[in-house]
This record gives sequence, C-alpha cells and structure tokens, in this order.
Amino acid sequence: MREVAVQVNGRRREAMVEPRLTLADFIRHQCGLTGTHLGCEHGVCGACTVLVDGAAVRACLMFAVQADGREVTTVEALAGPDGALSVVQEAFRDAHGLQCGFCTPGFVISLTAFLRDHPDPTDDDLRSALSGNLCRCTGYQGILNAARLAANAGRNA
Amino acid sequence: MKPAAFDYHAPSSAEETVALLAELGEGAKILAGGQSLIPMLALRLAAFDHLVDIGRIAGLAGIEVAADAVTVGAGTIQVRIEADAELAAAVPLLSRATPWIGHFQIRNRGTLGGSLAHADPAAEYPAVALAMDAELETLSPRGRRRIAAADFFTGFWSTALEGDEMLVSVRFPRWTGRCGFAVREFARRHGDFAVAGAAVAVGLDADDRVERCGIALIGMGSAPVRASRAEAVLTGEKTPLDGAEIGAMAVAHLDGIPSDTHGPAEYRRQVGAAMVARAWTDAMSEAVNA
Repeated sequence: MREVAVQVNGRRREAMVEPRLTLADFIRHQCGLTGTHLGCEHGVCGACTVLVDGAAVRACLMFAVQADGREVTTVEALAGPDGALSVVQEAFRDAHGLQCGFCTPGFVISLTAFLRDHPDPTDDDLRSALSGNLCRCTGYQGILNAARLAANAGRNA
Repeated sequence: MKPAAFDYHAPSSAEETVALLAELGEGAKILAGGQSLIPMLALRLAAFDHLVDIGRIAGLAGIEVAADAVTVGAGTIQVRIEADAELAAAVPLLSRATPWIGHFQIRNRGTLGGSLAHADPAAEYPAVALAMDAELETLSPRGRRRIAAADFFTGFWSTALEGDEMLVSVRFPRWTGRCGFAVREFARRHGDFAVAGAAVAVGLDADDRVERCGIALIGMGSAPVRASRAEAVLTGEKTPLDGAEIGAMAVAHLDGIPSDTHGPAEYRRQVGAAMVARAWTDAMSEAVNA
C-alpha cells in the first residue's frame, strides 16, 4: 500500500492505495465521484476521460500512484457552483448529444479540453477530437452537432 | 482494478532506475506513459512483480534541435512532439507520424521512449526510427551506449535492451537538401493500430536521382521492418513520381506478414504496397518541388 495525495476538483484527497488501483477507481471509490464512468477499462472507449494537470487522459490507463501530487478535474467540476451547465454540457443537452448518458462524461471532458486548446476547429478537427470516445446510442451525429454548437458558442463568446 | 498486484517504484533519476532494474531482476518492468503497458496488465496479457515508474524523472523529457540532428528525450510525451514547430521543420517525418498514434488523450500520456521500447510492429515511432536511421541512447549500470535503430528491434515486442537497461534519448539525423517525408496508414477506425502503413523519407540530388531513401513498413511483420532491398534498388535511380511499382517492390520479399481478423497476409501485403506507394508519391512530390 502507498499513500497518495491528489487534488481532485480543488479538494485534496489522501488515501492509502494499492499500486494497481487505477486513477479511475480511485476517483470513483476513494473520492466517491461516480460521474467518471468505466467502460472497457483498457483504454479503448474513453468513458473514463478526466483532466490531469489540465490534459485529457484515460483514467483507466493511469494508476492512482502516478497521480500523486497532481491536479485532477472530473465532470463534476464542470458546472458552476450554482449548477449552471458549462458551455459544452449545455451544447450536449441542446443538440441531443446523449441518450443513455454512459459515455457522456468522457465526451464532455475530452471536448472541453480540446476546445480550450483549439478554439476555432474545423469540422474534421472536431471529428478527430471525438474519435477517441465511443458511444453506442447516438450514432454520433447528435454529439457532432453538440461539438459544433459548443465551438460556435466559444467563437461568439 | 484489473491488473495483478505489483510493487511500485518511483525513482528520481535514470541512474537510480537502472540500479533498481538490476537489483529487482526479471520481474521488473519500466512504466513510461503506460498507454500500451497498462492495457496489457488490465487484460492480464502481462504481469510483473515490480513496476518502475520513470514518469517522475526530471530531465528525461525534452527536445533539442541542433544543426545536424534533433535529440528527443525518451520521456517526451507525444503531444509535445506533435506541437513542436522547430521539430516539425527539422525532422518532418517524426512530426507527421505522431497524429497517427492513438487519440489525443493517449498522446497526452504516451512517450517516445515507451513506444520504441514496446516495439510494436504496427506502431509509428519504430518505423520512423528505422526510416530515419535514428540512434537510441541507453543507460545501464555498465554505462551509456548508442544503438542504431536497425539493430534495436529484434522481434515481436522485443528489442536489444538488456533487462537492466533503459532508453534515455533518441537522436534523429536531419536531412537537408531536396527531401520529402510522408506517412500513410490504413486502419478500420482512426486511432486503431493500422492494418498496414508506411513511413517514407526520400532525398534527391539536383538531377532528381534518389540520393538516399528510407522506407519503413508498419504492421507488416513480427517486428518493425524496413524495405532495405527496395531502398538499395532505388538509390541512385530516377524514379517515377507515381509510387505504385515501388510499393509492390517494397513488400515483394517480406516473410511473416501477419494474418488476423482484419484479413489474411496476402490482403495485408496489398494494403502495405498501396500505403508505400502513396507515401512514396507524397514524399517524392515534396522532394521534387523542394
């Protein structure tokens, strides 16, 4: 067992963990933040995507011990303190970018990081940015529309 | 949590890392970005008693652009390579290969050294290292050494690295003059390992003759392979801009092309030929107009 201290959504979380505990499981079980979903648990589906020091990463492909001393942001931190949805979250709702919602946190986190770094993306850029997340309900068109909507909202902001 | 239990080590220097590897013996494995290793652990395709995390070593990441070569630290993450404009101008092939690796979330963690040391025959960086004649610098308790890319990849997921040796940096020579570089891949979904692909570097003399060239194949053998025979035939020749014949020649003598769910070896040979052809055409067009 090893002691880790991770700053999660602005709050310091300390725990004794097994080295094999993934960051995703740490977030769900140790921190009780169940907005981060686990689909495949081997890096394919993207449902568990979180920000580590601002960079979107697969939380199932990182051990909690590797996140020691780092800053993690999960989907719970995207909305404002009053519950107001973020631009990307709002766009997913408005454009019907989700159905069952299982994959949504991963898409929302990925797109949030991508639009922060690429505020004026082409349609191809958006498709490429979304290619690392799988959705089994929507057929992706709603998600793409949400991404376009969020990108436009950013351009007009 | 799916991986088998292991002990975790986080050394703070390369020297400490190789001393640990020597002490821990065969049950130890280096953890770099973990984007290939952790899936293998999760699927229990691999299990180790000890993981030695090199992600906290200062100085293992960095890009140094010099007049004759670019040296990239083994711990440099792929997004940093992708975003470096100076590197893109100095070693275009390395830069252009990077967006083909997984997805941006993977490239945020995956490293140059991790990809090379993992030595997947379908990965991009081994092909770039081969085509560019990169030199890999390693450290072990016996000191440093340089290994030519041509001698580094020894088989499926196998390299010339000793058990207590680690990659420290990779030196990519800069090609100057009339050069062109291209990577082409075919995958069923973007970000998947390619069914087949090719990385091509070509340099022309003033007369449009091939002065030198590197053709590396992706996913076409049990180890990363280079089409040395085709390179030898092409060097010194004037070649057509259309790479169709060259593609066929590059894959003609390959043994051990893998067969899998994507198709039999003969299908992969044809896709490989097409990828070499397209990459050659792209690289030649750039070189001719340079």
